[in-house]
Amino acid sequence: MRWIAQTLAVLALNIRTIPARLSSSAVAIIGIAGVVVVFVSVLSIAAGFQAAMQSTGAPDRALVLRSGSDSELTSGLSGPDVDVIKQAPGIRRDGQMTLAAAELMVIIDLPKLATPDAPANVPVRGISAESIPIRKEFSIIEGRMFEFGTNEVIAGRAASGQFVTLKVGDTVVSGQNRWNVVGLFEADGGVPETEIWIDARVLQGAYRRGNTYQSLLAQLDSRDSYDAFRDWLTSNPQLNVSIRREDEYYATQSQALTRLIQTIGYGIAGLMGIGAVFGAILTMYTAVATRAREIATLRALGFDTGSVLVSVLAESMVLGLIGGAIGSTAAYLAFNGYQTSTMNFQTFSQVAFAFRVTPGLLAMGLFYALMMGLIGGLFPAIRAARLPIPVALREL
Amino acid sequence: MKFIPLIWKNIWRRKFRTTFTLLSIFIAFVLFGILMTIRYSFSFGVEIAGADRLVLIHKVSLIMPLPVSYQTRLEQTKGVEVASHQTWFGGIYQDPSNFFANIAVEPDPFLKTYPEFILPPEQVEAWRNDRQGAIIGRDLAERFNWKIGDRVPLTATIWLPKSGGTTWEFNIVGIYDGGDGVDKTQMFFRYDYLDENRIQGEGQVGWYVVKISDPAQAVELGHGFDEMFANSSAETKTTTEKGFVEGFAKQIGDISSIMIAISSTVLFMFGLVAASTMAQSVRERTSELAVLKTLGFPDSGILALVLTESLFIAFTGGLIGLGLAWLFVQGGDPTNGMLPIFVLPTRDIVIGIGLMILMGLLAGLMPAVAAMRLKIVDALRRT
Repeated sequence: MRWIAQTLAVLALNIRTIPARLSSSAVAIIGIAGVVVVFVSVLSIAAGFQAAMQSTGAPDRALVLRSGSDSELTSGLSGPDVDVIKQAPGIRRDGQMTLAAAELMVIIDLPKLATPDAPANVPVRGISAESIPIRKEFSIIEGRMFEFGTNEVIAGRAASGQFVTLKVGDTVVSGQNRWNVVGLFEADGGVPETEIWIDARVLQGAYRRGNTYQSLLAQLDSRDSYDAFRDWLTSNPQLNVSIRREDEYYATQSQALTRLIQTIGYGIAGLMGIGAVFGAILTMYTAVATRAREIATLRALGFDTGSVLVSVLAESMVLGLIGGAIGSTAAYLAFNGYQTSTMNFQTFSQVAFAFRVTPGLLAMGLFYALMMGLIGGLFPAIRAARLPIPVALREL
Repeated sequence: MKFIPLIWKNIWRRKFRTTFTLLSIFIAFVLFGILMTIRYSFSFGVEIAGADRLVLIHKVSLIMPLPVSYQTRLEQTKGVEVASHQTWFGGIYQDPSNFFANIAVEPDPFLKTYPEFILPPEQVEAWRNDRQGAIIGRDLAERFNWKIGDRVPLTATIWLPKSGGTTWEFNIVGIYDGGDGVDKTQMFFRYDYLDENRIQGEGQVGWYVVKISDPAQAVELGHGFDEMFANSSAETKTTTEKGFVEGFAKQIGDISSIMIAISSTVLFMFGLVAASTMAQSVRERTSELAVLKTLGFPDSGILALVLTESLFIAFTGGLIGLGLAWLFVQGGDPTNGMLPIFVLPTRDIVIGIGLMILMGLLAGLMPAVAAMRLKIVDALRRT
């Protein structure tokens, strides 16, 4: 009990005197805050991108691609293939309609609003009538759905916010084609929100694709019907296809970019952290040096070495915490919800997403700041505790 | 010169403090070097993109094919030195995580278009003679430990072979090299091999790269090409290679600004550490400086003394840091091929050295001026 009281007393003294050492403490605080800002904001890019990719797709939906293809863009299914696939067991049937949608992807060049001089790869999805009832997350938020058989299109909410000529009433010009935007849609913040949707048959005609598609999205009876569905298709000699659950497909598509951002984020933040620890060591070393006499006096009065040690450590951690709190708040205010888009190399298409400063990231940032404070305080604390009393009292 | 021992003594007056200040600046410049390297790799070699090369893609987007017949028409255009085409193959070696670019080209026009790719003549000859021949970049060869004579299978993602299955086999007949900034992680193989053996897409190519004799004519020629193919089944959009690469980099996003923002944060953070150290060190020495002045040191001498000290610290820490970053970058891309160009550009090294000077001056300036303005009487009285 006495030990704790002593520690608290010294700590209170230390913290109350921080303002007196403001400039030196500020160095540590700013250093740690800088690390946390960079750490949290870089990782919020990865978190936002991953969230957009992972909120796409459902485990009870299956995506059929040509065998060997790793994305819809490189896949190809003929009209007859599609007719065979639709006979597979495990697909949900709704009255007359088999809930399986053959779809087609084309990428067109449209400039981003932010960089009007450079074109970006915007995905255009040709959909079938079945596509809409399969995607329960789909809803029109402005205007109306397009009419099948016409050159009308609808645009995802994110696409509309990122690229030119995608507001309701606009006309999208691509090569010799002109498409009228009649509506905007949303889909749980997922990847389709960066797409333009059009009638698959119109798209086939526009780009001379004949009666071919690239993927087939099937609504399964339930999650468990997946195996039967897959086995029937892979054992069918007429077909050469690969099958994935839709959510797993999108999760795979996000891996490479997420990993790249995380590697860069952790690498940079790690190195910066080492630097910030050096800064904290300097600060605490100065703090201990300027108070050598005070500390020695305390110890001469009978204060325990342990409480001196812990109090210096705690002071350093308080500095870390202040830095961490400033850094996290700054990252949150500056970047949370920041809308942007990037090209996903795995699909060669643009994906729009918002930076996400999640509570988890904030907690990690604060924890990291505390650790930097702790490590930075360690050596100065030991030094303070070991300070020979007579020497320290004689100093100055 | 004779003051060097004095400066040296002052620097190491508090070894602990100087060491950690040096370490902070060291880390700052390691980071600066790495951040600039990342920035450069996301510019996709725009700085070395040829001003004399034009890229023709389908007007709709890069993924739409163009007919191979455009080759002759382009070649016959006045002002064109050589026209070459490329087709993205998208083959996978064993696992998708082993990604590298593999592209079908015609060897002779291709090598003429890209003189910066250096390939020994006997390897060029071998490529001409082997339909399944492929050349690979030095970095790619090192990554998978491939040698000339190796047979490499790639799994097709786009172009399935007529022979069935999904596998295409290639013979490594050459390894190309090139200066800094040349992407040496790619594989090029023969277009005729692809075209004769693929199920669909016969007679189609991905895009054209045209080398022109006079870069000043680039815009004019580009318009000419686009007009030539207007109203055909495959309209084109021509840009300079530089414009094309820039556009591609912009698709990713503004990586450059992000890297510069992080670098500035880092340099500010650690510059502050250096400044605070210098301020403290001068404050501690007030009386000594006063003694120096009493002995007749001019004000400018005192200023120079303190500034030299601060410059020395910034330079030593900075140079070692930047040197280590350079060494690290020499070791090659740590992300397994995601950053094809992994080079610390000379320009950024020069900028880095400039920043060291700036940091040394800024960190030392306030304390140096304070030291210079010291009134001897006050300073001596203070202790």
